[in-house]
This record gives sequence, structure tokens and C-alpha cells, in this order.
Amino acid sequence: MSDDILTSARQWLEAGHRVAIATVVKTWGSAPRPAGSQLAVRDDGAFVGSVSGGCVEGAVIEEAQSVMRDESVRKLEFGVSDEQAWAVGLACGGRIEIFVEPVAG
Amino acid sequence: MKQRTLQALDDAHREGRAVVRAVDLLSGEEALIHPGNDSSELEQAAGKAARADQSTSVEIGGRTWFLTVCNPPLDLAIVGAVHIAQPLSVMAQIAGYSVRVIDPRTAFATAERFPGVSLSHEWPDEALAKAPLGTRSALVALTHNPKVDDPALTAALSSGCFYIGALGSKKTHAGRRERLKQRGFSDAALDRIRGPIGLAIGARSPAEIAVAILAEMTWQLRMGGSEEQPAARGTASG
Repeated sequence: MSDDILTSARQWLEAGHRVAIATVVKTWGSAPRPAGSQLAVRDDGAFVGSVSGGCVEGAVIEEAQSVMRDESVRKLEFGVSDEQAWAVGLACGGRIEIFVEPVAG
Repeated sequence: MKQRTLQALDDAHREGRAVVRAVDLLSGEEALIHPGNDSSELEQAAGKAARADQSTSVEIGGRTWFLTVCNPPLDLAIVGAVHIAQPLSVMAQIAGYSVRVIDPRTAFATAERFPGVSLSHEWPDEALAKAPLGTRSALVALTHNPKVDDPALTAALSSGCFYIGALGSKKTHAGRRERLKQRGFSDAALDRIRGPIGLAIGARSPAEIAVAILAEMTWQLRMGGSEEQPAARGTASG
């Protein structure tokens, strides 16, 4: 976990925001970021870090915001995109599993 | 993740301590593990992941845990506060290194030239005895001056650091090898020193040379400096 992600998440919490962390937990084939790569998301949608080359971050941020509201954990899987879903697929043809969790008090 | 876990991870990172966070991917239950305390199966797996510097998932007793490795930052010791050291110190910090510059010449190693970098005006052997090189360290010798570079290279060769590079032409490097050989280092040991320093990418300016050096450090760190020609390959996976 890199320091800027930890530090940003900590500062956001201390400023009274809700925060969730998304972590790449498994990859298959040509995945853009290795297992352990993380994204910290603030309740208003601001984020630091990455879990892909920018392909699925938008979808992960939405899930992260819903996880903050539910205070639940969630596993997401993204694979090769179909034609309609290019925005939330991986153009590189890989497959990744992402674990999303809220940071709770 | 508990807020106090996040704080503990952030503190460990600032203080340069390795820590592994385990999370049950079904329930979200978590544990903080300090590598070295390998009594349970989960702790053993965490210790292994930390040593490999590789976050990974493990199955233990029917549960799937993901282990996030938080290792202390990589360490780059630059000997010689020369022009190349300026872009190199900035680029290496972006790449995740904690950077220190060692140069006994006080006019070179100044805070104006190296904002935010830890500076030492000691001789390299003294500075490296106080803060030794470890397995996550790289040493780059840039002074061209054997009186400064040689003690630094001697300390590096006696350490387990993952990268040693020295600036200078093939001829300069041959002379350096001869001097260090007389101090008792074998040819195999001296082969650890990358000289002339940096990948052959035609670098000219100090910033380009810094790119070549950082690329060679990355190659050594991630691929063990395998002889497969890195410059001929795609540079990133994915």
C-alpha cells in the first residue's frame, strides 16, 4: 500500500468524510495493475491510487460509494468488455477481481 | 477496514516498519501482522509475502485471506551531489524511494539544490556505517573521484543491497575494478557493480541519464538484472 493512499484516506477520515478502499485481489492474463494495488475513495467521489489503467475506476468508485452507505464489503470482477460495456471493461483483455470495503470507526 | 488499522498502517509506513494486513474476503474480518512473528499459518504466509514484497491471497482452513504487504520504502543512497543527482533524487522519490545524498563537499550537497532530500556531509563509509544499506537499498556512486566513490562501493559490496551503479567510462570502470580487486573483492563480487551506469538508451542530459539509472535499478529490482535485453522489450505489463 503506498503512502499517498494511506495518508489521503487518513486525512479524509480526520476531516469527517466517509472513505472506502478498493484492492486488486486477483488478476488473470494481461492485467494492468498487480494484486495489492489500491484505490482510496472519498464519499464525494474524489479518489487516489488506481486498480486498473483507468478502465474500471469509474465503476469501482460508484461501488465504493454504495459500500460506504451500506457499511458492507463487496467483491467485484471485471473482464474483457463486450461492445456496449467498453466503459467498464478491460480493453487489454485481462480479468481482475477487486475487493471493496468501507473504512469504519 | 477499521480506522485504527488504517492509522496503524500509515504510522508503520512513516516509521519504516514492515507490516502485513490480512483481510477475510468474505466477511471483511482483518488482522495486522508484523513479519517475523511466524507462529500461525496466516503469520507464516504474511512473512513470506513480505519477504517477496508481493501482496497475495491465501487459503487457510477454508477461508480466503488477502494479504496486503506494506513494506518500508525502497532506499536510494546517492554518493555525489552532482548535477545528475538532482533529477535522479526527484525521479526516484516519485518511484517510491526514500532518497539520501552523501557528499563531503558542503558546496555540493545543499538544501537549495536538493529540496526535501536527506543530505549528509560525511564521508560515504561513515554515513553508510551509521545508516547501513539493506536488501531494499540501492547505491549510486556519481563523483568520479575514487577517494569518495571507492569507500562507498566497498560498503555497498559488503552489503546485501540490490543495486550498485558507478558513473564513469569503460576505462574508468576498469581502473575502479582493479583498485577494488586489490582490496580483496573477487571478479564475481565486482560484477555486481553496474558500470558504465544505466541502461543503454542513448541518454545525454543529466535528466536522461537519471532515467537510464532509474530504469536499470528497476530492472535489477524486478527482474534481477536478467540478461534478457530490457531495452528491446515492452516496458510495462498489461
